[in-house]
Amino acid sequence: MAGHDGGIKTYRLTAPVQPDDLAGLELGGVVYLDGLIYTGREGVYRRLLDQGETPPVDLAGISNVNFHCSPAAAIDDDGTFRVGAVTATASFRFAKWLPQWFRQTGCRVIIGKGGMSERDYREIFVPAGAVYLTTVGYGTGALLGRGIQAVEGVHWLDELGIAQAIWVLRVKEFGPLLVESDLAGNSLFERHNRRIDSHIESLYDGLKPPALRRFGETDDKTDELI
Amino acid sequence: MITSQRMEDAALALMHKAAIDIPEDYLDALRAMTEAEAAKDEAGLSAFVLEAMLENYQAAEQDRRPMCADTGVPRYFVKAGNEARLQGGFVELERCLRAATARATQEIPLRPNRVHPLSRHDNGDNVGINAPEIDYSFEPDADWLEITTVHKGGLFGSDYRMLFPGDGIDGIKRFLLDVLIAFGKRGLACQPAIVGIGLGGSKDTCMVLGKQAACLRVVGERNPDPEIAALELELKDLGNSIGMGAMGFVGSSMVVDCQIEVGYCHTGGMPMSVHCFCLSSRRATARIQADGQIDYRHDPRWFTPYMRRDTVTWPGTTAASRRTG
Repeated sequence: MAGHDGGIKTYRLTAPVQPDDLAGLELGGVVYLDGLIYTGREGVYRRLLDQGETPPVDLAGISNVNFHCSPAAAIDDDGTFRVGAVTATASFRFAKWLPQWFRQTGCRVIIGKGGMSERDYREIFVPAGAVYLTTVGYGTGALLGRGIQAVEGVHWLDELGIAQAIWVLRVKEFGPLLVESDLAGNSLFERHNRRIDSHIESLYDGLKPPALRRFGETDDKTDELI
Repeated sequence: MITSQRMEDAALALMHKAAIDIPEDYLDALRAMTEAEAAKDEAGLSAFVLEAMLENYQAAEQDRRPMCADTGVPRYFVKAGNEARLQGGFVELERCLRAATARATQEIPLRPNRVHPLSRHDNGDNVGINAPEIDYSFEPDADWLEITTVHKGGLFGSDYRMLFPGDGIDGIKRFLLDVLIAFGKRGLACQPAIVGIGLGGSKDTCMVLGKQAACLRVVGERNPDPEIAALELELKDLGNSIGMGAMGFVGSSMVVDCQIEVGYCHTGGMPMSVHCFCLSSRRATARIQADGQIDYRHDPRWFTPYMRRDTVTWPGTTAASRRTG
């Protein structure tokens, strides 16, 4: 389902997502999600993939949307969960785990902060038929928090703590998210970088180089840190 | 005598206010920036992001939920009047600040963000070894106590470099551009930011000055030294001329304001630090009067004339403490 809002396309998707849903997504479009998603970041990847632990729950049976997130949440004395705000953490650090993660869980959507490189999309995401949706801001913690209807379960809470545990979240109109990569492996961020990079050198015109240089320093401003 | 109860009450209230309510000075500046981006054809995505953030602040305030789930590393800045008397002294104040941090983490709730750097152990309450940090400053002729809390993310957008006198203003501009371009891409710095710059001091002081400049001055406030004030405006414009907006999209919303603080440094050097206080620039201040009354505000008023003094003595200091030049 797609609509227009001030020139920006808007999509409403249901999670778990269907492959057909992803085919229509255009870079820079706005996405709102309904359904089930789960959080998982380095703590989960290390246990599951590096240490070969048995997953605490059948993730593939729950959803195919993995949110790189740690919620601002608390557990009350009666054991119920309160989630106040949710925002994403920078995803580029997790790229190395994703080929195996996609194979093992059937994940098709990563939600996070900052995206990954176009190279990662082409080598890792495209073969898995997966796309990347970026949170907005950053971060719209309160708006995303409003989109959470219920915490359906928390796994590995004792082992990993609130920030790193797997949170299974039932969401409604969860967003806004932006389409950062499409099924062809294009990146919205890199598209914008290329436009900005084209005139960045001129900002340095006439500025003399520093007296003391540093190891690893580059003068190529089109480089990225990720 | 300021009671322990009042100190803990104030600290707890500050944790709620900082986490939930965006400071007015930042909000006003961001509204203006959003309008400017929206007026440009090429900055549509940047404007969309800023509009979403404005909505987000409103949602946080209405729901009384944190504006951002990244609690950052919550910390305190304490300014004590020279005549202030605290029940239980500063040791009790520090207990109050740690207790308020733990209580706020559960109540609001905040994300338990503080872990041991090696074992990654998490106490679950944002309290640990050297956490929360508590910085102190003092004010002559006052009997109140001021507490400011700042919740600032900590992974991207800050850097330090030892420059030299010969590098001059060119070196300052070059390093600022380097940092903003590096961390502005993909919006890692969560810009538009209040950019704090520390110039001078010893290396550690340089980092502290830049951090405090970013977090403890309000948008639009200028350094009292006219030369530094002019440089602040020049560097703000430089940052916004990169062509980058929110999330690293095409636009010109990188720097909400630029705040510079200086300290006397080694005669051979000119150390510089850069800090970005993000789209969730969370700070709140309370003054506790000697009679227990608490007044809350967004402006920390941290850099007082006394803080920036460059003389041996200060008017009003006692004869016993006065040194001859």
